[in-house]
Amino acid sequence: MTAVRARDWPKVDRSLLVLVGVLAALVLANGVIDQGFLSAAQLRNTLLVTVPLALIAGGQTLCMLTGGIDLSVAMTATAAAYVTGVRAADGTALAILEGLAVGLVIGLVNGVAIAVFRVNALIMTLGMSAILTGLLTVGSQTFLKGATRMPEFVRELGGGTIVGPIPWNLLVWLLLGGLLIFGLRRTGLGRLIYAIGGNRRAARLAGVRVASVEVAVYVACALLAAVAGILIGGRGGSVDLQLAGSYLLPSVAAAVIGGTSILGGSGGYTGTILGALILSVLDTMLNVLNVDEAVKQVLYGTIVLVLAWVYIRTSRARTGDR
Amino acid sequence: MGETREALRTRAVAKRYGPVVALRSVDLSVRPGEIHALLGANGAGKSTLVKILTGVLAPDSGEIEVGGRPVAFRSPADARRHGVTPVFQDPALLPDLTVAENLRLTGTGAADVLERLREMDLTPPDFRTPAGELPLPLLRMLDLARALAHRPALLVLDEITAALPSDYAERVFAVMRRTREAGGSVLFITHRLLEVQEVCDRATVLRDGRDVDTHVVAEGGEDRIVAAMLGDKAVGAVPAAGSTAARPTGEKLLEVTDLGDGGRLKDVSFALHAGEVLGVVALEGQGQDELFELLAGDRRAASGEVAVRGRRLAGRHPREAVRHGVALVPSDRQEALLPMRSVRENLALPLSGRRWGPIRLNEERRKVGAVIERLEIDTRAQDEVRRLSGGNQQKVAIGRWLVGGFDVLLCFDLTRGIDVGTKHQIYALLRSIAEDGRGVLMFTSELREVPMVCDRALVMYGGRVAGELPAAEADEGMLLNAAHGLTRAEEVG
Ligand SMILES: Nc1ncnc2c1ncn2[C@@H]1O[C@H](COP(=O)(O)OP(=O)(O)OP(=O)(O)O)[C@@H](O)[C@H]1O
Ligand SMILES: [Mg+2]
Repeated sequence: MTAVRARDWPKVDRSLLVLVGVLAALVLANGVIDQGFLSAAQLRNTLLVTVPLALIAGGQTLCMLTGGIDLSVAMTATAAAYVTGVRAADGTALAILEGLAVGLVIGLVNGVAIAVFRVNALIMTLGMSAILTGLLTVGSQTFLKGATRMPEFVRELGGGTIVGPIPWNLLVWLLLGGLLIFGLRRTGLGRLIYAIGGNRRAARLAGVRVASVEVAVYVACALLAAVAGILIGGRGGSVDLQLAGSYLLPSVAAAVIGGTSILGGSGGYTGTILGALILSVLDTMLNVLNVDEAVKQVLYGTIVLVLAWVYIRTSRARTGDR
Repeated sequence: MGETREALRTRAVAKRYGPVVALRSVDLSVRPGEIHALLGANGAGKSTLVKILTGVLAPDSGEIEVGGRPVAFRSPADARRHGVTPVFQDPALLPDLTVAENLRLTGTGAADVLERLREMDLTPPDFRTPAGELPLPLLRMLDLARALAHRPALLVLDEITAALPSDYAERVFAVMRRTREAGGSVLFITHRLLEVQEVCDRATVLRDGRDVDTHVVAEGGEDRIVAAMLGDKAVGAVPAAGSTAARPTGEKLLEVTDLGDGGRLKDVSFALHAGEVLGVVALEGQGQDELFELLAGDRRAASGEVAVRGRRLAGRHPREAVRHGVALVPSDRQEALLPMRSVRENLALPLSGRRWGPIRLNEERRKVGAVIERLEIDTRAQDEVRRLSGGNQQKVAIGRWLVGGFDVLLCFDLTRGIDVGTKHQIYALLRSIAEDGRGVLMFTSELREVPMVCDRALVMYGGRVAGELPAAEADEGMLLNAAHGLTRAEEVG
């Protein structure tokens, strides 16, 4: 019975190394299939699409760590971008703030409904997504009518290049991603997010305000989605109602591939980043190979299901219980 | 003589979990018609051996024979077919499923289980209730009834009595004796050495993954067991309890007036003073669970009030109690632990709850390190608390509040599953908490603890405080009297 000192950092998970391996293999395969893939321009393109995904998936990871999920991320991103575009005339800064405010409100509503009124997260966010779709469709004809061209600054941020293969949006992600990793590992709130996902009752009995933590998580998720939406809008130059729809499934997939448990309580953002990179490299490859969109959807869905199953299996098997 | 057919025999069984060596080499033999105790300090490898014997885990090496024939179980169901049936250390029913659904999972007949419960003189619960809503002692008895329904030749009981009050424990002993009479065998794990003297025929002691002693209980005695369990480590001296000789009581830390929950709990009044360890004793289901839930702020009282240092608690959320310095170590440690997180995160949880911002790493490391040392937590599998042995998990549940700080400690069978060596450290800890002017309210189902650590004790019966008595007088007879409402101790208030 030796009392060893508790470690500051968890050991690097072996599954993360596996992910790095998978990513490297995919990049190589892509390089072979498509000679141009390793060129600066192509790398830049890959990063441009990965960054918004990594942001949205970051929010998704937070929700999943608490044992929840946010199915409204794609519509939140679209709504935030849409408002920013329509309000471009208010001035760039204000327009961005208005877009972010949309995210804030959505996050608050989701969070309060789920944490305080105990609405099932799946149902709540699915409903929110439907409501947003309706509001935007009607709004685009009425109260949100107008040109949907993104301000110049946002277009540069979302699609411009700093140097070589490095786009500006990478800078945004470095900032927010760093914040996320730090927040999850080295802050009290981060610990509580894992705690309520792992054992809600234990957290409550230890004096944790579970509801407040959950509200914070859904707000953070919606804000991340809003930022991502604005970046996506900036990349395209203008906004439409289908802007971010295709990001929903990948946001869940990136987190699951990265090892975040759908049951909550374990995982982390590092894995999700790798998951997002793997998905976008895979997507590029499938595009080069001219694979049909429908086939791609089936493939992604299958990956999520298989991995979710594998993680549940292994997490049980490791304790040797039941 | 020729060879006797052992009910169970293992030779050099070994098992490691990655870098952690849980079993080095274990030889164990259990005879037919024998109750055999398996003893050892926390982390010695008892539960690991149980999992191997019952088909949950495969050994890395070594041989197992059941009824004289070599076996290699592929699954728990396989072991059951060979007559080996366990009750594990943690409740095995899935909390979200009803009792009936749980039984269906293992293919156990509900009628059979009902029958076993009646044999044990228990009122069966409604089988349509989700298992998670049943009290822990009843869950343990259901685990036992389920095991019995498979008519085992070898019944393996891993610390089943740890969560049981004495009246339930007696029923378990009766079951064990009946099994023995019918020619079956029992492998019985416990940290309560009195129980070994009471029911066991022989005992095997494990230390650091090896069997170090096997002897006939009647010829051994407690000292021999403790010496074998702890090896060179001497048992810490038990500090004398504040021998109830009129010690001046400090201010009222916790005052409870006419407390009721609208159900079982009625008109409970008492006060816990600074510098006091107040015991609570009761048979199963006399309102003690409800009382502790109310005090911890987990539920709102229907009548009466709880005040901490004169300030009234509304009982909206445990946070309120925690803020006022009231900490709870719940009866079921699964209600305290974050199974997937590290020892460190589990211990530091109250600190995180208080401060959402950046963690003060140095402070945390210092506090957590001190508690790990003080409670001798075995940190070999520290990355996930669920991999710790049962006793070490319990220490983590206690240690959390030593890290977090408190004025009043509410504890429910605090030393559940903790070995004799460390138990004394925990008793010393409780006394030192009292000495620096804080207070402890402890429910215990191990009556022996009352005279050892408490200053006085409340007896609960039928949802009320039936009486109060000086700690030295708490014994089995008194409790049974109380159970029949016959306590002669002076009434409270
Ligand atoms: N799944 C696991 N992964 C890693 N280590 C484990 C795992 N399960 C148990 N261990 C380790 O194996 C050792 C023996 O554990 P075991 O549960 O068998 O002890 P025990 O004798 O039952 O103790 P207790 O009296 O506390 O219940 C401990 O050091 C424990 O941390
Ligand atoms: Mg054990």
